[in-house]
Amino acid sequence: MELDNLYQEVILDHYKNPQNKKLATNYDAQVHHVNPSCGDEIDLNLTITDGVVANISWDGVGCSISQASVSILTDLLIGKPISEAYSIFDQFVSLMQSKGSIPGDESVLEDAIALAGVSKYPARIKCALLGWMAFKDASVQAQAKSELG
Amino acid sequence: MTFDPLTIRKDFPIFGRSIRDGKRLVYLDSGATSQKPSVVIDAESDFYRNHNAAAHRGAHQLAEEATEAIESARGIIADFLGGATDEIIFTKSSTEALNLLAYSIGSAAKENPFHLKAGDEIVVSEMEHHANLIPWQQLAKRTGAVLKWFEVEPNGRLDLSNMKSVITDRTKIVALTHQSNVLGTINPLAEIVKRAHEVGAIFILDACQSVPHMPVNVTDLDIDFLVFSGHKAVGPTGVGVLWGRASLLADLPPFLFGGSMIESVTMTDATWAPAPRKFEAGVPNMAQIVGLGAAVSYLTNIGMQKIHNHEIEITQYAISKLQEVEEVRIIGPTDMNLRGGAVSFTLGEIHPHDLGQYLDNSGIAVRTGHHCAWPLTRKMGVPSTTRASFYLYNTIEDIDALITGVRDAQKYFA
Repeated sequence: MELDNLYQEVILDHYKNPQNKKLATNYDAQVHHVNPSCGDEIDLNLTITDGVVANISWDGVGCSISQASVSILTDLLIGKPISEAYSIFDQFVSLMQSKGSIPGDESVLEDAIALAGVSKYPARIKCALLGWMAFKDASVQAQAKSELG
Repeated sequence: MTFDPLTIRKDFPIFGRSIRDGKRLVYLDSGATSQKPSVVIDAESDFYRNHNAAAHRGAHQLAEEATEAIESARGIIADFLGGATDEIIFTKSSTEALNLLAYSIGSAAKENPFHLKAGDEIVVSEMEHHANLIPWQQLAKRTGAVLKWFEVEPNGRLDLSNMKSVITDRTKIVALTHQSNVLGTINPLAEIVKRAHEVGAIFILDACQSVPHMPVNVTDLDIDFLVFSGHKAVGPTGVGVLWGRASLLADLPPFLFGGSMIESVTMTDATWAPAPRKFEAGVPNMAQIVGLGAAVSYLTNIGMQKIHNHEIEITQYAISKLQEVEEVRIIGPTDMNLRGGAVSFTLGEIHPHDLGQYLDNSGIAVRTGHHCAWPLTRKMGVPSTTRASFYLYNTIEDIDALITGVRDAQKYFA
């Protein structure tokens, strides 16, 4: 059924077994993002060491799409150089905004490709992007801090 | 005439379409906005086709017809609410109507009876929609007035046991919802209105969720102001109504300034037309006002008590069926005493957004989230809920579809 394109097995797996869902005590930047239309919230802690995403940890409440999306993000971006993380970020955002017109590059997006179906449900795009926007915000803050330091 | 929702559905063209690849539309989101009967769509369209001109201006036939059309709608709405024609003010929404009151009161000069000063009190409740909370919260910030509120009990009813300490001699405004858009709770107004008047406060009623669904009479309720929104009452979007007691409207300063609302203007000063014109600057949303007149006539012909009785019946059925579903928690009263047709609930660990998406896939439209009442959902201990809200065109079959959908979703997300 149509709905299965949205709720792929990978998404439901991440939803039921979220990765890195425990806020680390040490971090370079901490952000709190909300989706004001539905009340979903996320706290995200980020550490960037020598230009590499050293750690992302998070906690939050939200729907399966928002929770799975941030879980997938952590799996995907931890260990990547920040420039590559940004490139993946850009590809993911483009995929979400594509209204289903592009398939997305699985070699880059890995599990995040499972969220492609979200792009056909305009009301859910914000859910999928909640954690990603939090990551972007945190990364800007973390880098600003390291430049100051 | 007996009440038959199946006959009523035929008046609403939208029920002729299908949803998500051929599924029957089960519309359970009337608390957000109602569907429109043909008479409303036609009235709006007829205005543009045959009578369009700027009302209250121009010396030509079309201007006369446009004026007559909106003034006749004003009369229909006044009769509907039990007020006088000149007590009906058209706004673009009920949100605007509440902001009109908050800004007008906030601009009242020292000698004006509406004047607010630091230490005066404004009373709301925890179950207010953001539209009847934030205007007062911000007015309090601007004036130094103190915002107070009635709390909500776990059963979804207002705690009125501390009425005398919440509404005091310092209270100037009590602004309360008639029916909660989340809980479905209908508030017992009589004692609150009495207390407000006892201390010399004005009572403002947010009737967005009550006026479309049951008989509401401003004289019987003895309130001072009331707002409701057209689009929730089978009327068009873009039109709201503010009713106010004539004696109060006379003293209340205007909110928006411009054309139509003046008596006389010089380069340095202006005086105001009497109400309702004082509060209707600019060319009004004429087609929408005319559409709202048609909507109210349509509802009146069916009968507000009959509509209410129908909603009570299906709401009772919905609550009893939902309670049979394991892990369903109803957020709000489960008895039908002083309760309307909005039912919010949670389903175990399944997030409302996911449940709503699943239901949508079956053609069932519900609302999910905090329903523009964030402090309330917080108080009830839930980040968000799923809300099914009912209206005159909903049937027992719609409720059965909802229950089946909820049970199937439970399996899907298990």
